[in-house]
Amino acid sequence: MKLIEAIIKPFKLDEVREALTAIGVQGLTVTEARGFGRQKGQKEIYRGAEYEISFLPKIRIEVAVPDDLAEQVVDTIRTSAATGQIGDGKIFVFDVQKAVRIRTGETDNDAL
Amino acid sequence: MTHFKGMKGRRGPVMRGLGVAAASIATAIALAEPALAQAAAPPPKLDTGDTAWMLTSTALVLLMTIPGLALFYGGMVRKKNVLAMLMQCFAITCLVTIIWMMLGYSLAFTEGNAYVGGLGKMFMAGIDKGALTGTIPETVFVIFQMTFAIITPALIVGAFADRMKFSAMLWFIGLWSIVVYAPITHWVWGGGFLSKDGVLDFAGGTVVHINAGVAGLVAAVMLGKRAGLGTESLAPHNLTLSVIGASMLWVGWFGFNAGSAVAANGTAGMAMAVTQIATAAAALAWMFLEWMLRGKPSVLGIISGAVAGLVAITPASGFVAPVGALCIGIAAGACCYWGATWLKRTCGYDDSLDVFGVHGIGGIVGALLTGVFAAEAVGGAKGLLEGNPGQVLTQAWGIIATIVWCAVASAILLKLIDVIIGLRVEEDIERDGLDLGLHGETVQ
Repeated sequence: MKLIEAIIKPFKLDEVREALTAIGVQGLTVTEARGFGRQKGQKEIYRGAEYEISFLPKIRIEVAVPDDLAEQVVDTIRTSAATGQIGDGKIFVFDVQKAVRIRTGETDNDAL
Repeated sequence: MTHFKGMKGRRGPVMRGLGVAAASIATAIALAEPALAQAAAPPPKLDTGDTAWMLTSTALVLLMTIPGLALFYGGMVRKKNVLAMLMQCFAITCLVTIIWMMLGYSLAFTEGNAYVGGLGKMFMAGIDKGALTGTIPETVFVIFQMTFAIITPALIVGAFADRMKFSAMLWFIGLWSIVVYAPITHWVWGGGFLSKDGVLDFAGGTVVHINAGVAGLVAAVMLGKRAGLGTESLAPHNLTLSVIGASMLWVGWFGFNAGSAVAANGTAGMAMAVTQIATAAAALAWMFLEWMLRGKPSVLGIISGAVAGLVAITPASGFVAPVGALCIGIAAGACCYWGATWLKRTCGYDDSLDVFGVHGIGGIVGALLTGVFAAEAVGGAKGLLEGNPGQVLTQAWGIIATIVWCAVASAILLKLIDVIIGLRVEEDIERDGLDLGLHGETVQ
């Protein structure tokens, strides 16, 4: 099992969710996040006072899938979240030791 | 306070709040020998139209502070301080209501000397159901003026936002409304020396805005800068709140300016018209200036410009014609943009929400330009453009007198409070936010 974490631009969330659902992903977790990468921050001006906003709003997606689906999920997120502009985000893949569905007690692949 | 302002010296002390009937009396006086006409003048009678409009105006001006000003300011502070800002405005509304009823109104509006009124109407003594001010019940006049007494100190809190103790704020505002607001109101509207000198201030350029702006500047300097100024982001947390608040201020200001005619008449209509025109002109002036200089027309910019225009037209409404209002608006938008950006940065004080930059500068611009654009056909007083350059000097005198007393008295009050209980919150309270530290509540 793999846990795939992707940091994406907020407005791309719906496209990513639809693309993942289309390839058979049955659930994912979303959190609002803030961060910076090569995009750095942005400048805001209030009554002449300039502020560098160094952490930009992003969305973090976490999705746990069986090993054989992992590469396809990574590809799907990459294509559906891409705009080609700086600040599109990153994808990280982790090994998962164990998974449990709380309602039934099923484990590992059956729990995903 | 409309016709009489222009007739300086002819009728002695000028009392604010004489309406339609009084205006026609003024015409009669202008035609006849003053002493003779005064003896023949019938006593004023209650006018239901005037009374209805003043009841409405009073509600509108209260709306300016709660929730108008509270939201305007609340949106501009960081999220950790928004409740403290709303709380200050609300608590000031309650505190000044009681002080005005107990003492303030009497000091401002009863007969006294040139500098302060008497104590005869403390606790509203003698103001019964039948008592009149001009053509409206005196009760209505007391509460109308009370809403002015409320918003003026509430304007000040923007200058020391995010760092003043709540207890020190209550002491300062309470004492300030007695020592500074009530006497200056007496000078200008209660028959004191500035009204005798012929200073034109229709709805509160000196009394309300220069007064609040200067007190704010003094407080900002004495409290020192906010922690993190220049090193961390102090950006507004929710400009949507500020836009709602500024819009309520604009609407409420019709009660403020057109209500200052203390009558439902042509003067009130003209005051409303020039208020709308000057506000729009100032908002556009600020917006275009910022667009030119900074590349983008900002939301905070256009609403700040609107408030600047409202401030500047306040002393002039009732004295100037629409084209004068247009010029005053444009000047106010530009000058207040300069005051909130260049002036503040260059002098290095931390007037958090630009109380001096908008209300102080806007009030001064409006008071001076009232002396330029005053039209005899509108308010009975001639300005520079009608060949009376002396009016500009008279206006300057009113501005200087207000600034001096307000600055000196505010500084003394703040120093006293600082020595006795301290003005500024502890460092950790300022860091964690006044909402949690002072009030035990937070907004998520």
